[in-house]
Amino acid sequence: MVLLEIKDLTKNFGGLRALDNLSFHLEKGEILGIIGPNGAGKTTLFNVVTGFYRPDEGAIFFKGEEITGLKPHQIAKRGISRTFQITQPFPNLTVLENVKIGAYSRFKSSREATEEALRVLETVGLHEQRDELASVLPIGHRKGLELAKALATNPELILLDEVVAGLNTKESNNMIARIKNLQQNGTTVLLIEHVMKAIMSLSDRIVVIHYGEKISEGAPQEISKDHKVIKAYLGEEYVFAKGQ
Amino acid sequence: MFGGTSVILLALPHFIPEYQIHLVTTILFFGYLGIAWNILGGYAGQFSFGHTAFFGIGAFTSSLLQIHAGVNPWIGMVLAGLAGTLVGLVVGFLCFRYGLKGPFFALAMLALAEMLRLISIQWMTAKYPLGITIPLMEDSLLHFQFRDKVPYYYIILLMTAGALFLTDALEKRRIGSYFKAIRENEDAAVSLGIDALKYKLIAMGISAFMTATGGTFYAQYYLTLDDEAAFGVTNSIEILMGPIIGGSGTVFGPILGAGILEFLSETSRNFLGGYSGVHLMVYGTVLVIVIMYLPEGILGGLKAVFYRISKSKNK
Amino acid sequence: MTLPSIPLLLQSIVSGILIGGVYSLVAIGLSMIFGVMKIINFAHGSFMMLGMFVTYWLYVLLGIDPYLSLLLTIPLLFVFGLLVERFLIDKILDSPAHNQLLLTLGISLVIENLALFLWSPNFRTINVSYANKAATLGPVMISFPKVIAFLFAIFFTGLLYYFLKNTDLGKAIRAASEEKEGALTVGINLKKIYYIAFGIGTACVGAAGTVVAPFFYVSPQVGGVFVITAFVVVVLGGMGNFMGALVGGLIIGLAESVGAAFIPGQLKQFVIYLIFILVLFFKPSGLFGKSNA
Repeated sequence: MVLLEIKDLTKNFGGLRALDNLSFHLEKGEILGIIGPNGAGKTTLFNVVTGFYRPDEGAIFFKGEEITGLKPHQIAKRGISRTFQITQPFPNLTVLENVKIGAYSRFKSSREATEEALRVLETVGLHEQRDELASVLPIGHRKGLELAKALATNPELILLDEVVAGLNTKESNNMIARIKNLQQNGTTVLLIEHVMKAIMSLSDRIVVIHYGEKISEGAPQEISKDHKVIKAYLGEEYVFAKGQ
Repeated sequence: MFGGTSVILLALPHFIPEYQIHLVTTILFFGYLGIAWNILGGYAGQFSFGHTAFFGIGAFTSSLLQIHAGVNPWIGMVLAGLAGTLVGLVVGFLCFRYGLKGPFFALAMLALAEMLRLISIQWMTAKYPLGITIPLMEDSLLHFQFRDKVPYYYIILLMTAGALFLTDALEKRRIGSYFKAIRENEDAAVSLGIDALKYKLIAMGISAFMTATGGTFYAQYYLTLDDEAAFGVTNSIEILMGPIIGGSGTVFGPILGAGILEFLSETSRNFLGGYSGVHLMVYGTVLVIVIMYLPEGILGGLKAVFYRISKSKNK
Repeated sequence: MTLPSIPLLLQSIVSGILIGGVYSLVAIGLSMIFGVMKIINFAHGSFMMLGMFVTYWLYVLLGIDPYLSLLLTIPLLFVFGLLVERFLIDKILDSPAHNQLLLTLGISLVIENLALFLWSPNFRTINVSYANKAATLGPVMISFPKVIAFLFAIFFTGLLYYFLKNTDLGKAIRAASEEKEGALTVGINLKKIYYIAFGIGTACVGAAGTVVAPFFYVSPQVGGVFVITAFVVVVLGGMGNFMGALVGGLIIGLAESVGAAFIPGQLKQFVIYLIFILVLFFKPSGLFGKSNA
């Protein structure tokens, strides 16, 4: 079943076209990777889908219903959660309080929200850090917290914006395993990532964006051989040099 | 400890002279206003530099209703609160909907208070050139007037206790957490399903209601009201300084802050003589020092210290 | 509302433009501080008041003509601003914006009330010989000190413009206000720029105080009157926007003066606040400013 559908999405910032007639869809239960050179429009895509920006043209459908132009909190309530590329914790609250805020979207009582938050912290391996202030966490834990907050809302679709970037080998492997776990538990994932190892191993399918346009789509193996993709990342000369 | 404090507070007026009762009443009064400010400012993170707008609206509403329509001041107090809430919600909606944040919101509120002050001057010039006065009546709870200061003390004590309970209740519940989330990181908050506009308005409504009722108390205590007392910038500053110094975002911060400020005010008056602005000089100095070295206020700073101690213990 | 006569209207237009020049100078100082450091300097009005009092005391105690004393008040206030930045503002550059506003509020409280304590709230005037000289141009009376004030204001504005455009230090200041990271990368000493920018902003408003002293009353509370007007100008013209502050000052001067011809007394101030709020709502980046999303 198609969970998310992006149709002809266009977004301009002044003279800059950040998204250009972008269309793709996301099947329930799959992990779709979004890659593209820096500035290609990937985070803008996330911001439009989650309601932080209004698209100039195009529409977004979630579970068949149009969500274009809804406010971020409304979209979150429908079951779409996200992480931010630059982590956005609640700095002066503890790790537990941070995640509890997410849990409150589903539970009204403090006790239940706390229980849920502790459970989520357990799954991301931050249970020990629950009483630390978010502002003092090292990057690995910060990214874990970013994920935990989003997970506490129990989303059907989660948008992960470079959750692996900046982590060391051990932390990355843990994060990758967690994302795989998410899929196994039924959550659909839309993933932006620069760390190739992560995105290639996790994604069922990949969409490649360049200058706001979709230039390729398909299984990881296919797109890695696609001329257009190679050109976008490495330039024409590389394609020529390789004699392709 | 709670029981002990309550007993002391309840018995206090019988052991101290009238002037001290006035002092303690003033502390509780500014504590009450500070707690009200704190709900919008310290908890929801929207710092208003013009909260006296609600104070003045409250004071004028109940006073004018009493003078012109004979409305009982207690009922007047509720109506005052509602008037404050109404203005707060309208202004809040305009500000928050148009994305006024941080210092811009603070200054917009300041401008609002000043505009109200100018309107009040203009309106009062004809009929009430020296301000409005509430006609003296017999001592009575019904008429909210007493020669003796003691009943006023008990009333403000009750109001402040109520305000503390309210803050504590909010803090423990989801609504309090949502306020803090909005304060800490509004983008993250909305991504987690929090309707920021709605919750900011709730905070504003509660804050404005309480502040306006404080205005009624003031009017009944002093029985006289002019533009400066109702809408003066100094009032806005004194309201917000308690929470800032005592600890914004804490339950007791505003009271602690109000106590310290009143102490400083009294001391400076004794040492530096009569000019009315002298205590403000001291306030300004304290504000500068606190913002530079202890921005989360005294109780906030203590919390941080305890946090660090408990962390090193757990190592 | 009363309809003013044509002569009165013309008079108010002229007065408005003249005082507008001074507003521009005040606003440019405030705007520069915001542009470079992103600080809203609530104490700006109290700095102007200091400028006025320095001028007053130099005149009363040493007989120095106000315009001559500019040679003293400008460097004095520049250094004062620099010290305030270095020892106070510098510490809170990374604090949340409302805390920065609170700090400058605190500074203004100290300065204003200290002045109140030392010099009493009484209004004082500087009675220079030419204070009442005026030229008449048809129905309009053009006050001599007001014209001088306007000319000085424009002169300093021009000087500052030249400085920012053509000197290395000026360019560094512009760089720091437009692109902090980039400025750091090319080795600009950001801290030094901050002191200097704040010093210049303070010197501007101090100079404005000096040139206004011959025809305005000198009193500790005078700062408050100007600070809101300065804020309105800056928000109207765009925070950090030089041209905006310049033009904005003239517009507000005109609006206030012409408005006073139509509207009685206190409400004149009301109009200023109203404009302030409207601009905040509809164009927080000002009429000229870059839109900060």
